[in-house]
Amino acid sequence: MDLDALIGCLGSSACVVTQTTSGLIIGMLLFLVAVGLTLIFGVLKIVNFSHGAFYMFGAYFALTGYQLTGSFVVALLFGAIGAAIIGLIFERVFISRVYGRDVLMQLLVCYAFVLIFDDSVKLIWGAEFKSMGMPAAFQVPPWFIAGGVVPPFYILLISVALVVAALLGIGLARSRLGKVIRAAAHNPDMVSALGINTAMIYGSVFALGCALAGLAGALAAPVRSMTPGMGFSVLIESFIVTVIGGMGSILGALIGALLIGLIRSFGSLGFPLFTDGLMYLFMVIVLVARPTGLFGKDVA
Amino acid sequence: MSELNVENRAGAAPFVTRPRRAAYTDIVFAIIGFAILAALPFLFDSKALLDFVIRCSAFGLFATSLNLLVGYTGLISFGHGMFFGLGAYGFGLLMQRANVSIPLAMVCTLAITAVAAVVIGAICVRLKEIYFAFVTLAFQMLIHSVILSWQSLTGGDQGLRGGIKRPVFWGIDLTNHVQLYIFSCALLVIGLLLMRQIAQSPFGYTLRMIRDNATRASFIGINVWRAKLTVFVLAALFASVGGMIMSLFVSGAYPEFAYWTISGEGIFINMLGGVTTFLGPMVGTVLLLILNDTATRLTEHYGIVLGVVILFFALGLRKGLMDFAVDWYRAWRDKAKEQS
Repeated sequence: MDLDALIGCLGSSACVVTQTTSGLIIGMLLFLVAVGLTLIFGVLKIVNFSHGAFYMFGAYFALTGYQLTGSFVVALLFGAIGAAIIGLIFERVFISRVYGRDVLMQLLVCYAFVLIFDDSVKLIWGAEFKSMGMPAAFQVPPWFIAGGVVPPFYILLISVALVVAALLGIGLARSRLGKVIRAAAHNPDMVSALGINTAMIYGSVFALGCALAGLAGALAAPVRSMTPGMGFSVLIESFIVTVIGGMGSILGALIGALLIGLIRSFGSLGFPLFTDGLMYLFMVIVLVARPTGLFGKDVA
Repeated sequence: MSELNVENRAGAAPFVTRPRRAAYTDIVFAIIGFAILAALPFLFDSKALLDFVIRCSAFGLFATSLNLLVGYTGLISFGHGMFFGLGAYGFGLLMQRANVSIPLAMVCTLAITAVAAVVIGAICVRLKEIYFAFVTLAFQMLIHSVILSWQSLTGGDQGLRGGIKRPVFWGIDLTNHVQLYIFSCALLVIGLLLMRQIAQSPFGYTLRMIRDNATRASFIGINVWRAKLTVFVLAALFASVGGMIMSLFVSGAYPEFAYWTISGEGIFINMLGGVTTFLGPMVGTVLLLILNDTATRLTEHYGIVLGVVILFFALGLRKGLMDFAVDWYRAWRDKAKEQS
């Protein structure tokens, strides 16, 4: 424990700004993964235990895209679209077979694919650590906000995630497709009786969730190193986020992700070895107080 | 459902004798099983075989205890491995630091596990299905991070090193490999026998009823929360014994013992062997360990092989091996009956 470091940091605005931004980027990446997880759970009633693998695919596809074209925008597209395509195939061929079956079976199918995806990445890209490096456009001196160091890339990352959050929120609330998705989450039989292809809705929601995870992976590629199995810790953290925020709630995922991000970044100062532990402790406290999470309505 | 209505209530007189007779049969089976296992070292001179059976005892106790939760009560715990880890670390630490005898260390570890399980269980068993799975997973990860961060006590990510002393007790010397083997087999057989008694007792049938319809169970006056908590603690104790065997076997304890993958493997073992028969998890343990050993020996793409096998069971057979065998045997018997 190193509480002096934490208190010392809280006393200086430079340190607070630096830690808050690093907490925000952890939180925003987690949000992108967790919101896909929560959407898929809300509509398909499936806990996608292999969601972390799509984050990993996103990062690796982005790496390939960046190496081929040298453009970070192409890399982001590669990551998101590649993850979406694999997700769509995965959902249509395998996940669609376990709808309505017991949770154990669904978890097992996903667990099998965690193993298979991780090994496939090892086969294709190799087992060693990979790094994409910061794109040339962002290799500029960092900004200073109230004395704290903020690399411009962090600003991009945070804004992309915020834009996605806003688009998702508005899209689900206002657009026709959004309304259909919410209806399908509520009562799929009725929706399909109205002549709407629910299989397609399920497929597209799953692909959308995977695209978001892939986008998170692509955004993380310049700032984190890549390794097969990198998705797992992200998966566990996004589970914590969804459970804290409430399964199926997008606002919950956002708040949960920001809380976890801040706990991680400030916790790493005060409790360097127990940072993960703080997260689990926080989850336990939230669940004991509110078993359905902060914004969960449905008593699952 | 008909057998579920047989409760520990007055009307069930004809069934009172049945479990008692079945209990004797179980004991006979256990003795035969133990005799066969105990004869192995004298028939085959293979250390690898003994090692394999010791690992099977550790994981078999763990997986069977998990089945008390998953198969009998419908509580899908994704954090059962924490008690395996707690058993391994508790026992290892007591032996290293407290200088006590092995049986005393085991009893103390069981007491520690019981206290932990009561606290954790009291929080978790209120939650339903998927939330229960996640909160148990969170507790597992919490214990794992405590083990990693409390370096002065647990050795952090290096694990408990320096070996575990094994003072002779009751004339048993666990430094001798064959005696360690016999000791593990004895723990396995006794553990399985006790769990079998729990599963076949009126309490075991109460658990099945809670699994099938918790609301109905509470209507006829069963305290569902207390029954779930009881089985959670009982299962934790047997998992802890599994951890102790493992700690004796490797002469230490490693953070991996408390990592979530142990729980994942436990769930997978149950699935592989089948959750509807008592010995399913035991069969699953043997299968998974064989699969592990061959896959790691033959290929470096262990994940793909294991993943495909899991898919085969989950989507192809749609049940565990023992379930499959039992169904197949029933179909065969019915057919034979029809013909005669």
